[in-house]
Amino acid sequence: MIKNEEVGILVVDDEASVRESLYKWFKTDGYRVDTAENAVAAMDKLGQGMWDIILLDIKMPGMDGLEFNRKIQEVDPDIVVIIITAYATVDSAVQALKEGVYDYISKPIDPDNLNILVRNAMEKRKLTRENVQLRRKIDTLIARDHIVGDSRQMQEVLEKVAAVAQTDATVMIQGESGTGKELVALAIHGNSLRRYGPIITVNCGAFAETLLESELFGHEKGAFTGAHRLRKGKLQQADRGTIFFDEIGTISPKMQIDLLRVLDTKTVTPIGSDAGVNVDFRIISATNRDLGKAVTDGEFREDLYFRLNVFTIHVPPLREREGDIPVLARHFIEVFARSMSKPVTGITDEAMDMFEQYAWPGNVRELRNVIERAVVLCQGETITPEHLSFPFRFKAQQRPGESLEDMEKDHIARIVEKAGWNISKASQILKIDRSTLYSKIKKYGLGEGP
Amino acid sequence: MNPPPLYILLVGPFPETHLLGPLSRYLERAFGLPVRLHEATLDPEAAFDPSRKQYHSSEILLQILNAAPPDAHRLLGLTALDLFVPILTFLFGEAQYDGPAALVSIHRLQSEFYGLPPDPMLLRERTLKEAVHELGHTFGLIHCAVPRCVMNASTGVEGIDAKSLLFCPQCQRKLEAGASRS
Repeated sequence: MIKNEEVGILVVDDEASVRESLYKWFKTDGYRVDTAENAVAAMDKLGQGMWDIILLDIKMPGMDGLEFNRKIQEVDPDIVVIIITAYATVDSAVQALKEGVYDYISKPIDPDNLNILVRNAMEKRKLTRENVQLRRKIDTLIARDHIVGDSRQMQEVLEKVAAVAQTDATVMIQGESGTGKELVALAIHGNSLRRYGPIITVNCGAFAETLLESELFGHEKGAFTGAHRLRKGKLQQADRGTIFFDEIGTISPKMQIDLLRVLDTKTVTPIGSDAGVNVDFRIISATNRDLGKAVTDGEFREDLYFRLNVFTIHVPPLREREGDIPVLARHFIEVFARSMSKPVTGITDEAMDMFEQYAWPGNVRELRNVIERAVVLCQGETITPEHLSFPFRFKAQQRPGESLEDMEKDHIARIVEKAGWNISKASQILKIDRSTLYSKIKKYGLGEGP
Repeated sequence: MNPPPLYILLVGPFPETHLLGPLSRYLERAFGLPVRLHEATLDPEAAFDPSRKQYHSSEILLQILNAAPPDAHRLLGLTALDLFVPILTFLFGEAQYDGPAALVSIHRLQSEFYGLPPDPMLLRERTLKEAVHELGHTFGLIHCAVPRCVMNASTGVEGIDAKSLLFCPQCQRKLEAGASRS
């Protein structure tokens, strides 16, 4: 809460009794207060101190209140100006409101109204200040580099982000799970003209069809069983901002049609309502599927695919950007050490070698989780191999290839490792019988050491 | 040696004389000063505004100052007239911030003003609160954010009724500091 002594009020009125009375009134309320008998004197005081609220008589000899208000707006548009007027000049007061004056008050003033008006003006000033601070904070947060990586592949991603962010183009982000597609979406939004608006994320894969419909479009009260109150959908929440559809490849054919209609009309009709609501948002989608193939296979509408895929950004898997592994590892060590207040500052060469040898099927997310766990376990300043949990026994030359056999070998090895070489447990996870698992372990030479 | 007194001056006709005893006793306790009634000839009609049918508070305050006995420590004008200053519709009272004089009107403290039956006890309580409040300003106290503190600002009788007759601890400390200064 703002304290009264932190608020500066300047009273500008040619009548001495008005100046004196208001000075006294605000002084006993603890405000920092000063007076000026005309616009010229007020202009001097405007340059001398920080004023939050100016009470301004509309009728003054020389420069009148309206003209002086324009000067104030030029000097500091955040100052809250309240016009004091007689009944005869209400028209002028209305004109002043159109010119950015916060409010006007008629003489003589009811003491209660004066207090409420000043309190509201302070609240407005506080909100304006908060708004400025939040915008600065947003700019600082955006300026901070959330996407970590020096590799050529990631630099290309960042170049694409910079190129597309300032446009309002629809973007499709493709990449495996855990590569950081949401961070790329945030970076696009954060560098766009819509950055002070919201970014609303919809994880399409997390909802059944009917739930997703309600989530996206919202509903009227009583639209269906359980709709106890009106609810604004995500599309409406994203107005003037960005909507980010994660896992867009999972939406049903019906939702694909509904979404296409929204994109065409930029109008949302909540469930149970007849009236459409105009919305203005940018769309960013992400998928780990090959949507082009899904179109060929008839699983995804071609028209929607082309609407969403105006500009494509491919986020490479971690195994294709080896050089980023040490950078990311150090970044996550710093992040987790700070959040857990632990003195961990580094990692041994041996542990880092293991990181660089590993294939990281879960990508950056997996690396992040491994480091989080390691920081929890680490009692000293340096992470060593004992703090690591992932199956780092795979060397670079043993990375899975693209064949089904390679993938199977990699998967079985990971599960067996995860189960601590308990074959019964591993076979249950893999849903194959123990004898089949044994034969596959033998076939792939697992457990024979690097 | 006795401290110099706080004088009460009646401004204009003041039929509610039953308030004077309790008011004097309470002010003596609250401010630690002897309280005396001062018979002075004031001319409130000079402060009357026929268009508003009210009395200019600041002008009456000046008259009180001019009528001050030489040994006065503080002066409290008490009136039944309806007070105003040009910019405001009305005032319950006015005081010189960190100065000797204060003025309180019971005009709008009376239940009858709001169409209700007379309530002498309520009037007494409101009058005591307003007198302490305005005199508090003369000791350099400003409005207090503590809702129950007598220095909390009131722009209506509801606000006066909601606060107590007492200073909050912080205002009490400031009052003592102000009293020793003057």
